[in-house]
Amino acid sequence: MASSLREVLNSGKFVVTGEIGPPKGTNLENMLHHIDLLKDKVDGLNVTDNQSSVMRYPSIATTIIIKERGGEPVLQMTCRDRNRMALESELLFAYTRGISTVLALTGDSIRVGDHKEAKGVFDLDSVQLIKMIRLMESGKDLGGNELDGAIEFCVGATVTPEANPIEPQLMKFEKKIEAGAEFFQTQAVYDLDKFRKFTEYARQFDVKILAGIVLLVSAGMARYMNANVPGISVPKELIDEMAGVPKGKGNALKKGIEIAGRMIRELKDDAVCDGVHIMAIGKEEVVPDILAAAGMA
Amino acid sequence: MKTITEQKPIEEIQDLLEQDRKVYIIGCGTCATMCHTGGVAEVLEMKKQLEEAGKEVVGWMVIPTACDDLTGDALRENAEVIEEADAILVMACAFGSQTVASFAEPLSKPAYPALNTLFIGKEGAEFAVFSEVCQQCGECLLGYTGGICPVTMCSKGLLNGPCGGTNDGKCEEDPEKDCAWTLIYNRLEKLGRLDLMRRYYAPRNHQKVQRPGRFVVQIEERSQE
Repeated sequence: MASSLREVLNSGKFVVTGEIGPPKGTNLENMLHHIDLLKDKVDGLNVTDNQSSVMRYPSIATTIIIKERGGEPVLQMTCRDRNRMALESELLFAYTRGISTVLALTGDSIRVGDHKEAKGVFDLDSVQLIKMIRLMESGKDLGGNELDGAIEFCVGATVTPEANPIEPQLMKFEKKIEAGAEFFQTQAVYDLDKFRKFTEYARQFDVKILAGIVLLVSAGMARYMNANVPGISVPKELIDEMAGVPKGKGNALKKGIEIAGRMIRELKDDAVCDGVHIMAIGKEEVVPDILAAAGMA
Repeated sequence: MKTITEQKPIEEIQDLLEQDRKVYIIGCGTCATMCHTGGVAEVLEMKKQLEEAGKEVVGWMVIPTACDDLTGDALRENAEVIEEADAILVMACAFGSQTVASFAEPLSKPAYPALNTLFIGKEGAEFAVFSEVCQQCGECLLGYTGGICPVTMCSKGLLNGPCGGTNDGKCEEDPEKDCAWTLIYNRLEKLGRLDLMRRYYAPRNHQKVQRPGRFVVQIEERSQE
């Protein structure tokens, strides 16, 4: 039986979490394989919630599957697809099924997804969602009604340390902490000097910071993210390092694993942050290799 | 403030008029004229297109303000011609279309909208560019946000700051669109009121205005004061 993520976060251990992206459909085979592969190698497995506004198998159902298979799930909850009542009732359900960690998110815009004509709900924002969870822990719902049996969760949130402009993001980061967030997963970081500046600032707050690690699989992917993904900036040296790999099957992936491992090792050895959240995005198979490259296997 | 409209696809208009051969067209001299969706030129273009599609346009007019009660008078004055038509096609906003439809009821004529109503907007510094200013939420927050509305301007309507999708002051949805929360931050910083942005704002009351909205002005009480 895995320990709860809150216990691990408070143990002083360098925390590693991974991510499971549920499938688009009912064929769970691949996902189950990834869960079994990773569940004993990481301290928590995030399950994305209709990630990128693409409709998929539900986050809540996947967290229960992870639990049943002996892993420690993190339920991602966005405000995009459910109003406050739906979020509340799902939290009640999650609690009764032994889910102990929730990651509260705003959710991507409907427009970037695969149901471009759907209604984006956003009845709550991420700060309000965190606050609502804390309210429900006190035995009340958002309508002011008494709950017959409350909930209790370890609540996480996200932050983009390299956002431009950064000030409004940091203001929101602080509001999330005030609302009750205990830990943060960051947007992917590549420039560790910049990231150190962020964690120096964040250290004044009583929260745990998990650095977002996104596996690079090619120089093209790095350039694409620089151009298109908010808050991600891959330094030129890393792009050159990826581009300099000799042609040949698997070489770029190997290099990406090496870079991710190297970054994790540095973050851990220098105690820059409290852990990492690895997003392998479709390459979950190699997460054990990343951990081995980081000297953590 | 203007009601911003766009013309429906001609296929949809033809579908609406499927059972009608003779059509009377009504435009509007206010918002729809400004949007170039229901002025004289657009009404005449519609007349041409309907005639090409085999319809007979028995008459047309552009009412100064189609949403006004005077629309009733305009319909009565032209009742003789309108009587000839099987249907009225309204090139005005939803408010104008509803007004025409209710005044046309005694004539037993259906009134179909030729336009889609998009939002209530204003024409800014740029000519012929309209932008939405208010969603009539009933809980005006402008005093806390430097006069920039997050409910309208933020594509997610967030109340407690920007989402992680914002980039270089632009919106995740569209790099041409400004991030409302970056604008609000900059305005509040200039005003020396960033403390307002640090505050927590509770979830909105979506029932503040019960739909359909209805408001009774208390005239008697006011005159007694």
